[in-house]
Amino acid sequence: MEVIIDNITKSYGIQKAVDRVSFQAGKGEILGFLGPNGAGKTTTMRIITCFMAPDEGDVKIGGLSIHEKPEEIKKHIGYLPESNPLYKDMPVIDYLHYVAELQQVPKSLIRHRIGEMIQVCGLKAEKYKKIYELSKGYQQRVGLAQALIHDPEVLILDEPTSGLDPNQIVEIRELIRKIGKEKTVILCSHILAEVEATCDRIVIINKGQLVADGTATNLRKQAQQKEIFRVTIEDGDRNAIFAALQGLESVETVDFIPKQLQSFEILSKANVSSRKGVFRLCVAKGWTITEMILVERKLEEVFRDLTVNN
Amino acid sequence: MSKIWIIAKKELTSFFDSLMAYVMIVLFLGFSGFFTWLFGSDIFMSGQASLRSFFSIAFWTLFFFIPAVTMGLLTDERKTGTLELLVTKPVSNWQIILGKFFSALLLICITLALTLPYYFTVASIGKVDHGAVWMGYLGLLFLSASYISIGLFAGSLTNNQIVAFLLALLIGIFFHLIFELIGSATGGWFGGFFNYLSLSNHYESMSRGVVDSKDVIFFLSVILSGLLGTELVLHKRTSSY
Repeated sequence: MEVIIDNITKSYGIQKAVDRVSFQAGKGEILGFLGPNGAGKTTTMRIITCFMAPDEGDVKIGGLSIHEKPEEIKKHIGYLPESNPLYKDMPVIDYLHYVAELQQVPKSLIRHRIGEMIQVCGLKAEKYKKIYELSKGYQQRVGLAQALIHDPEVLILDEPTSGLDPNQIVEIRELIRKIGKEKTVILCSHILAEVEATCDRIVIINKGQLVADGTATNLRKQAQQKEIFRVTIEDGDRNAIFAALQGLESVETVDFIPKQLQSFEILSKANVSSRKGVFRLCVAKGWTITEMILVERKLEEVFRDLTVNN
Repeated sequence: MSKIWIIAKKELTSFFDSLMAYVMIVLFLGFSGFFTWLFGSDIFMSGQASLRSFFSIAFWTLFFFIPAVTMGLLTDERKTGTLELLVTKPVSNWQIILGKFFSALLLICITLALTLPYYFTVASIGKVDHGAVWMGYLGLLFLSASYISIGLFAGSLTNNQIVAFLLALLIGIFFHLIFELIGSATGGWFGGFFNYLSLSNHYESMSRGVVDSKDVIFFLSVILSGLLGTELVLHKRTSSY
């Protein structure tokens, strides 16, 4: 099912939590939804899940508008809220049964679905325990199980792997990727590596406004207009090499790399590459290049650039 | 309808799981039994085969117990955030509210059903006005339903159980006592108006065995306005969380 967020605005008093945000997520896509604390992520999630209505704008899920058919839409959404609220006094299995009934899973299928969820989320030994007896990681698994129990077309997860151990994180990511092949998944997270590993596309919002939308590779490219690379050049005097590099036309700045005598970090001028120039220079001078590494910007830096500077 | 039942069933189960139901039943039976059979103007004092003393004591015990039953129904959901979970499932606010309303009402029904042996006992020792007894029970049910809807409304206004409990008592005491006092202290249409608003007057006339559509309409309107208020607050709260 396609999720189309169309120009939504939501204010709390005079503060705009979400300001004219639009993006889409298609079937078979895992969309990473990023932003610093208080950027409006949770508000956006709550609007998509019909928990609250936007002041302006519309969200369409599978062609249905949240203003007209919220009840119909809710049937197709699996939602794991940020704080993972649970009825802590209920045994795991009763809780899943309750959610399955509310989600209108056919009676004949309920037991089967619960069994499957317990299997998938690794809750077999815990199924008769009351939820408050479980550790945070297991509670997170219960939260995930309730979101998946009706096999939803759209899955909205707010920090799905928080509190899980590394093995479980890998398993859950695997699961999300599997689900993402046929369904629409919107994943909210602070862990950028997780988003990069799981998501096909990334949307970043800051102070209620959309600041980026694209694949991780594209975002990096957009943010990095100037080429940076490191070279190690041997068989020459480091100061002479430094001066020669600085003299190249395409080079903006050259830096020594601390503790590595023959290594330099070179920043090229905008939209040109100086790698060939460096190579030719070394050939001409009889120096040897033993290392040349293109420095890729990390997603963290892209994220910081987009959300701190404006 | 089935979703209301799903929610009601879950709430009722958690009443019993959390011991709430047992405490409620034991206390209610203890209080009402003590004052009906053993103390004060009990059945043996009055020398009549009637349950009037039971109905007047139940009138007060329910007034205090029902806010204790309803106080957690909505406040807990909001405090722990499970309301977000519930509202994002394919259920309407009305289904949530009615589910909770019926869970509390069912608990009261179970409690009241356990006092039926009083009735059988009295019926076996004398000639009982059966109509009056059944009307008395019906009156108690209407009264309970009214206080449950007031309790739900109070719970929708706050995140704190104690505040919800006290607020429910505060609103309840007007219907229970204060309107009647104002009504009898003043006269004319003003007094009549407050007399009509007094829940105790309507309960009184019902437990005497008289069915008057006026009483039924009164109870139904209190129940409905409580539920309507709850829906309004809940709707507003969720849309501006």
